[in-house]
Amino acid sequence: MLTETLALTAEQFAMGTGWEIKPQGACKAEVCVPLGGGDFDLAATAARLGMAIVTDEASGVSAIGPESVGDRALATATAPELILNDLDGNEFRLSSLRGQKVLIVSWAPY
Amino acid sequence: MTASLELSGPEASRRYIEAAHPSGRPTHPSVLDPTHQLDSLFGVVNIPNVIWINEEGVIVRPPEPGWPGGRQEFPKEMMSSMPDLGRANGAPDEPEDGPGMWAVLGSGQDRMSYPDAIRDWVSLGADSRFAMSPSDVIAASEPRDTELSAGAAHFELANHLWRAGDKHAAIEHFNSCHRLQPDNWTYRRQAWSLVGNDRVGGDFGRFVQGPVVGEEDDWPFESDFRSEVSSRAVGSYYPATI
Repeated sequence: MLTETLALTAEQFAMGTGWEIKPQGACKAEVCVPLGGGDFDLAATAARLGMAIVTDEASGVSAIGPESVGDRALATATAPELILNDLDGNEFRLSSLRGQKVLIVSWAPY
Repeated sequence: MTASLELSGPEASRRYIEAAHPSGRPTHPSVLDPTHQLDSLFGVVNIPNVIWINEEGVIVRPPEPGWPGGRQEFPKEMMSSMPDLGRANGAPDEPEDGPGMWAVLGSGQDRMSYPDAIRDWVSLGADSRFAMSPSDVIAASEPRDTELSAGAAHFELANHLWRAGDKHAAIEHFNSCHRLQPDNWTYRRQAWSLVGNDRVGGDFGRFVQGPVVGEEDDWPFESDFRSEVSSRAVGSYYPATI
């Protein structure tokens, strides 16, 4: 997730990372990581989720890296929402395919 | 569904997407993933790569190398249009008795059997021997620690800066990304491809993923595709999982 400020709200963090901040901690699908209560703290939350925060000093833009809960790319087998555009700029959501078996084939023109 | 992991915009992927169907519009969702969300969200590290998801939205096979089966080959004009490529300064040496790039690229996952595994799952669903339990899916997904997370963050910054026109700053972040995630081929090949295409252009410039002979000192990356693959073990580029 890219951000021009590290003063994020819990809602902004959830929108960008998929991790919702609840009383029981940071949660994604059935997984919750305890945070210890109190006001939302980006640095502390990112540390608990194993998310690196890297800032490009010249531009002032920061990137919050993906979580590393359990030392694996996937913290849960529940597929996250994936929102991408097609060639014409139309938005596509992975969740629109619920009810069907899905193969996501990643490729590249290189 | 297909997802193109390419930063440059729709035109870089258009002709391949349109070639998938006689009408020019495939019947399956064909989307663009310029920021490589498939990497950060699912753990994709190479292409082609396949993720299986069941009707309930649960992953039953995490990202792995996969092909539709049958013979694959490059367009004939592509190989003849490629310039002679050198080695990046600092790239690993090719082992003296090493298998060579093509042996590494052609080894690992069984390309011909992969579609049969898919058909088995389509037919049998959860009873298919290829469908994994949620805990096995998580355990089989790519390793990730905070260093690898930082690599992904550098890639996202590089992506942003390249598209904003600050290529020099982008390349610094690409290099940081590659140091932190040396086994993520989409991050490496995307970066090499951008510069190769900038310099060579043409229909296949994106496949130039190293310095042209004589221009090695001007190549801004610490390695290149041919040197990296040639230094790897057989079976390591497309690990066998089925």
